[in-house]
Amino acid sequence: MTESPKNLRDASLTTAIMAEIRRITTRPWNIMEICGGQTHAIMQYGLDQLLPPDITLIHGPGCPVCVTSLQAIEQGLQIASQPEVILTTFGDMLRVPGNKADLFTARSQGADVRVVYSPLDSLRIASANPDKQVVFFAIGFETTAPTIASTILSASKAGIPNFSILPANVLVPPAMHAILSNPANRVQGFLAAGHVCAVMGYHEYLPIAEQYQIPIVVTGFEPVDLATGILMTVQQLEAGKHEVANAYPRFVTKEGNRVAQDMIAEVFKPVDRQWRGIGTIPLSGLGLRPEYASFNALTRFELPETSPSESPLCIAGKVLSGVSKPLDCPAFGRQCTPVQPLGAPMVSSEGACAAYYRYHRTRE
Amino acid sequence: MCLGIPGKVTKIYEQDGTLMASVDFDGVEQSVCIATTPEVELGQYVLVHAGFALNILSDTEAEETLKILRDLQEFNAGLTEEDRIQ
Amino acid sequence: MTQSEMPFLEGPNCPLPLKDRGQIVLGHGSGGQMTHDLVRDVFQRRLSNAILDTANDAALLTAAPPGKRLVVSTDAHIVSPLFFAGGDIGRLAVCGTVNDVAMLGADPRFLTATFILEEGFSIAELELIVDSFAEACQEAGVELIAADTKVTENGKSDKLFISTTGFGWADGRLQIGGEQAKSGDAVIISGPVGNHGIAVAEARGNLGFISQVRSDTAPLNHLVMTLLDAGLDIHVLRDPTRGGLATTLVEIARQSLVNIELIEEQIPIDKPVRKTCELLGLDPLYLANEGKLILILPSDQAEDALRIMHNTRYGEEAQVIGRVLASSSGQVWLKTPFGTTRVLEMLAGEMLPRIC
Repeated sequence: MTESPKNLRDASLTTAIMAEIRRITTRPWNIMEICGGQTHAIMQYGLDQLLPPDITLIHGPGCPVCVTSLQAIEQGLQIASQPEVILTTFGDMLRVPGNKADLFTARSQGADVRVVYSPLDSLRIASANPDKQVVFFAIGFETTAPTIASTILSASKAGIPNFSILPANVLVPPAMHAILSNPANRVQGFLAAGHVCAVMGYHEYLPIAEQYQIPIVVTGFEPVDLATGILMTVQQLEAGKHEVANAYPRFVTKEGNRVAQDMIAEVFKPVDRQWRGIGTIPLSGLGLRPEYASFNALTRFELPETSPSESPLCIAGKVLSGVSKPLDCPAFGRQCTPVQPLGAPMVSSEGACAAYYRYHRTRE
Repeated sequence: MCLGIPGKVTKIYEQDGTLMASVDFDGVEQSVCIATTPEVELGQYVLVHAGFALNILSDTEAEETLKILRDLQEFNAGLTEEDRIQ
Repeated sequence: MTQSEMPFLEGPNCPLPLKDRGQIVLGHGSGGQMTHDLVRDVFQRRLSNAILDTANDAALLTAAPPGKRLVVSTDAHIVSPLFFAGGDIGRLAVCGTVNDVAMLGADPRFLTATFILEEGFSIAELELIVDSFAEACQEAGVELIAADTKVTENGKSDKLFISTTGFGWADGRLQIGGEQAKSGDAVIISGPVGNHGIAVAEARGNLGFISQVRSDTAPLNHLVMTLLDAGLDIHVLRDPTRGGLATTLVEIARQSLVNIELIEEQIPIDKPVRKTCELLGLDPLYLANEGKLILILPSDQAEDALRIMHNTRYGEEAQVIGRVLASSSGQVWLKTPFGTTRVLEMLAGEMLPRIC
């Protein structure tokens, strides 16, 4: 076969898998998916409505938009407001609230903020505007990291002096450690992010499964992929197993993409990083190696100290780590809505709160 | 972090020193950087995210997944109506 | 004097209106000879009709015929880029207003237009746009009866903005509006959605894809008149422009205080639109359409409506996509092929490509 199977959205196949899940489930299980894209897909197809009531899906901090620290957003706003700067960013970031404003309002007030689809577009803008400083807001998990690493390598090779990044990339395994070592943790099984694993492989999850005695199944994004991943997780839970399994073999291998990993390792190194709402997780972010430190936008601009403060009403941290549900939040749907979000999980369409707001409104 | 869809490599070329490909997504074409998958060949499918190819579609693995699922479907066909989700 | 020694004279201070160099200059907006020449050479040549040619500052019209009511709509067009596959700002300006008038069951007859030009804008491009404007007027059967042009300094506008106002007569007995949807009605869309949004995104050129999707910009008044002439009991007509199909249906659901249930599989979406949306993380239900209409009418008339639409230009791919249910909340639900349901909200802000 030379093409991606077309029947991965097949409704009857998906419901067949869901029927099997229902058949084998004998007790309640909590499964976390730690990928915003998977949350989005689950919500879009309503897959959680097909699961037996005993299976609870918890939406983890897998949305890079939601977890980018308030400090990084404030830095982005400050950089964008400099007259000689073009700030380039993925569309997801535009409406994430900072202290008072977001990049959208900054743009409406005259800042040159441009949405790009790829970090390479940002580099092209830099080449085309040599008199400007072009900064790329570098968010994302390991899926996005190689794209940014490759861009920096290209910039370095071509000697492009006016391109830099605001480093905000984060890593999945440290977040999993943070969630699983929390005494209030309810998560019993994990769906690992299929596209993160397409890059990194899944060898990093073996020690985690072992340490916390928890099944981890690498899962894709189509309805059949998601249903299969959940099935394989429930099968393990019911059998008392805690292995790493791969439900996305068409794009994921144990080793992953070594070329991409080498690029990441060439340009970046693990650093401590603040996750919005959760706090600092050690070695959970990617920072630039000394050889590429000149590409750090933070060293190119004199930025004043910020004391970012979150809304006291926002319980994003608890929601992101699966400890609370969005519906537990007193501000949910009242002071905090997608149009007027108090915290990041309400902004991004993959944020747990926004997903709940859109897809869990009850019918009379 | 995860929006990625598979497309077919129809052309490979170099642009400003970077290895690029034209990728076809069922009629929609995009130029994609394949520096991350330099070994890809014409006609193969790649997973594309933010304008980059992240990995190459593995035919044999894909076949295996489908087989598992087809077996499951046959198994499910033997279940009673009660067991099925409406 | 040689060519190079000729003084560069232009603008309101110059007594001698010299030929422009293919670009709009401030003098074109001064109201003097240059304006007159621009209007004559670019606009009147393409948009001549009895009323416009009287060249007064206002148009003298007869009153509405007995039994008819006057319907008026106005719209501003600032689309960028000005040209995209399947259309341009000129065609858009005509069709947008023609359609707004038609959505109340009125047959649009007259248009007024204001053209705001930026200093430096290419006259050749302006001519193409006015050609397109004129063609669209002809297709729709409307006459431009009053117009104005102004010129802003470079940087104070963006090449070209067009504002249009449309006038038409509607049968006085018609009760068509967003508040008229009733429980049991069928919801019909006249064709595939999302094309315009993708065509404009592609024309902007910064998302690096080639889909060859064409904008659906089209005048829908003939389609509407054909449906009305057939004596169908039409409750709601609306074109799902900004915000897309979903936002427009939410508006209607709230106005009428009903719930609308859509069947996802029945919503027509062209394959390249679908694929591009997957690629960029966009939702086709929220992309703008400029040549589609939503029709809501009693379900026992749906088949007749479809038959008529399938035989009328711009209605060939019409489909029933859902139904109206009684309620007091005004929600829109989408039933997925998996039998699950999700609520569709209005578009909150701009829809942006995502990586997540």
